[in-house]
Amino acid sequence: MSEPNPEETAPPAPLLSIDGLTVALPADGDRPEAVHEISFDINRGETLCLVGESGSGKSVIGQAILGMLPHALPVTAGGIRFSGQTMPPQRDAAFGAIRSARIAMIFQDAGASLNPVRTIGAQLAEILAVHGVSKPARLPRVLDVLRDVALPDPERIARSYPHQLSGGQAQRAVIAAALLLEPKLLIADEPTTALDVTTQAEILALIARLKVEHDLSVLFVTHDFGVVAEIADRVAVMQDGVLVETGDAQDVLRNPQHPYTQKLIAAVNPTPRQLGSDDGAPILEATDVNLIYRSGFLGNRKALHAVKDVSLSISEGRTVAVVGESGSGKSSLARCLLRLEDIESGSIRFKGAEIADVTGAPLRKLRQSIQVVLQDPFSALNPRQTILSAIAEGPMIHGIAPDAARAKAMELIELVGLSAQAAGRYPQEFSGGQRQRICIARALALEPELLIADEAVSALDVSIQTQILDLFADMQRRFGFAILFITHDLAVARAIADDILVMKSGEIVERGPADRVFGAPEHPYTAGLLEAAPGLELFQQGSAA
Amino acid sequence: MTGYILSRLLRAALTMLVTVTLVFLFIRLSGDPAAALVPPDAPQEVIDQYTRALGLDQPLWQQYLGYVGGILQGNFGFSIHTGIAVEETFLDRLPFTLHLGLTALCMAIAIGIPIGAVAAIRRGTALDRFVMGFSVFAFAMPNFLFGLVMILVAALAFSTFLGGENASVIWPALTLGLAAMGSFARFTRSSVLETINAPYMRAAEARGIPFGMRLVRHAAPNAAIPLVTLIGLSLGALVAGSVVTEQVFAWPGVGQLLVRSVATRDLAQVQFLVLVVAFTMVIANLIVDFLYLIIDPRIRAK
Repeated sequence: MSEPNPEETAPPAPLLSIDGLTVALPADGDRPEAVHEISFDINRGETLCLVGESGSGKSVIGQAILGMLPHALPVTAGGIRFSGQTMPPQRDAAFGAIRSARIAMIFQDAGASLNPVRTIGAQLAEILAVHGVSKPARLPRVLDVLRDVALPDPERIARSYPHQLSGGQAQRAVIAAALLLEPKLLIADEPTTALDVTTQAEILALIARLKVEHDLSVLFVTHDFGVVAEIADRVAVMQDGVLVETGDAQDVLRNPQHPYTQKLIAAVNPTPRQLGSDDGAPILEATDVNLIYRSGFLGNRKALHAVKDVSLSISEGRTVAVVGESGSGKSSLARCLLRLEDIESGSIRFKGAEIADVTGAPLRKLRQSIQVVLQDPFSALNPRQTILSAIAEGPMIHGIAPDAARAKAMELIELVGLSAQAAGRYPQEFSGGQRQRICIARALALEPELLIADEAVSALDVSIQTQILDLFADMQRRFGFAILFITHDLAVARAIADDILVMKSGEIVERGPADRVFGAPEHPYTAGLLEAAPGLELFQQGSAA
Repeated sequence: MTGYILSRLLRAALTMLVTVTLVFLFIRLSGDPAAALVPPDAPQEVIDQYTRALGLDQPLWQQYLGYVGGILQGNFGFSIHTGIAVEETFLDRLPFTLHLGLTALCMAIAIGIPIGAVAAIRRGTALDRFVMGFSVFAFAMPNFLFGLVMILVAALAFSTFLGGENASVIWPALTLGLAAMGSFARFTRSSVLETINAPYMRAAEARGIPFGMRLVRHAAPNAAIPLVTLIGLSLGALVAGSVVTEQVFAWPGVGQLLVRSVATRDLAQVQFLVLVVAFTMVIANLIVDFLYLIIDPRIRAK
């Protein structure tokens, strides 16, 4: 605190300066270097968005700035200067305390970055203790920052454990932890990716406000150009460890030079799909479906009304997107329609026949016709089962001869864009996008008439998302099945759906053709969702063009 | 939280009732207890006399009610051979088993958990491989064989006197605790590995919290959660686990009593000891469930 302040003596130099930083990967990595000759500056009071997909090396840069690079990733060239001082990027205890006081970091999964068995207050006070703040001064300071990040009732929050907070509150608590020591630089690593759009909008606004109030510079790591449009002063785009484009945020957004940047920007504002035919017969009709989860024991019985009086109809060849935030009941609805939950009341008819209460053999037969693709392609595949066996298993169970089932599986593997050699391999040899292709092939092997996709692209990088959405549309054109697509992401819904259902607290609050719902939302909740979606300006520019 | 406590208590009570019932049924299923007591060439009258004396001529439900009623009143029956109340003989033996078992458990905890934690922190080093090798050995080594090895080592190398009043508890305790030590080490290693790579550990590092403090304040309380289960189960297995070790070391505890009672067909005594083994399991589990309330706020919230 007593060191001379370089701001007063020197002309405004960048707060953080990364110069030709090159970090090697271990010999068995998929490329020789994690990042190659990365150079960029962050000026005081500036927000730089570092944009890239998984594996682009953006988190390696974050680690290097924090001095948390593991020794397995050595720096082979270049360096980092922070307010005029060279900072060792490797793990170095000597710099730990200095650095953490001046550079703070917030993370994607805020809940997981808090210790589950200690209270928020204790965890924040500990940071102060480590940095030499006297005991009586700690609690007031903790309450102070909790108030600063606009958490309601700071005293209660300080006494709370992480699991008692919502996702947005947890992220606010983590931001509070970052602010405790009045840092100069805030590194935010995908801090809103796990949040609902409305919460995301709040957190982005909070970061923007704190930046001004606390004179912060922000390095914001993201994959989403919508977020960039909201908060960035400048942008640096990374691909495979190389910086492909840097520049003023508005320039890059309006006039992206590199094809990769163009692709990422396009993903925010997808072209609405060509509408499916609307003269098909209804495949699935649900009327007044209710689902109540009951739990608890004796005195504390609980009931959660997850789906309330939901009615919907899907015709062959159509895609219906169910849009809603987490906890809106959209996945519960999918589970009802898949007959994985027994509904409380209402009716579900599949091609005219009531299926809400079928069991046993008829239910097994029905399962063939309604298939599902899930969110996480990593846990959705059995790691000890070859791709061929995973895809052929379903048809074999439903009575297709093993040879025929395998032949069909081979055909599907190529149809979803994988090579025939993939058949004998195991899931861990494939990337997330490839695994989702395998999951789609597995669902299609049963020739379903309805495909339910539950957040099927949410775990994927944006450029991969586009490919998988195209694959869904392609397969639908070829086979003519109907799709019920569950998603929290409005851009995804816009890219794939003919019709939109908006869910909130278990109810459908708005329904209609996609262009009408997006163009002229009727329900205030839908309007709010659209309003909160980052990159609204991009959206509007796109539809005007 | 009240719901949690109530449900655990009710579950424990149910488990105990099921155990009592099963013990009652199995003992009657495994042949006529009266016939098993008398010499094979005993006349029918003698068998009938025993049958009446033991109440085995009553209908099964009446026997069952009498049996459960007796247990509820603390009346567990008398040894056929000595005529002493079965719980009295048990209580005479219990201190020996507790002494042996708790020493074994303490050794397993005091050695197993630290070496497991060190193996996790020094993951991939020769030390890690040594600890894991040792834990496999410890877990795989049969009690009766390791007991003999211990006797040999103690008698020959240390000239320790192993029998009688002054017998050292160290050797049998080491034998009894070895398997638990191995599993504690292995479990601790995987539990610590999981926690030290958790996002909140990286976050703590980024916030400038030093290594030792991260380990003690952040990793340890989280890593302890699954370990409590394991230690609880080992505590429950204390009486049952001592059977072989007590036999090998001629240790006058409950395990030895159980073996002797089975050998002499002392029905009431066996019945009581089986119940005791089952009850210690149930109680240990109950303790674990309540410990969770203290160490894991997520359960406290329920």
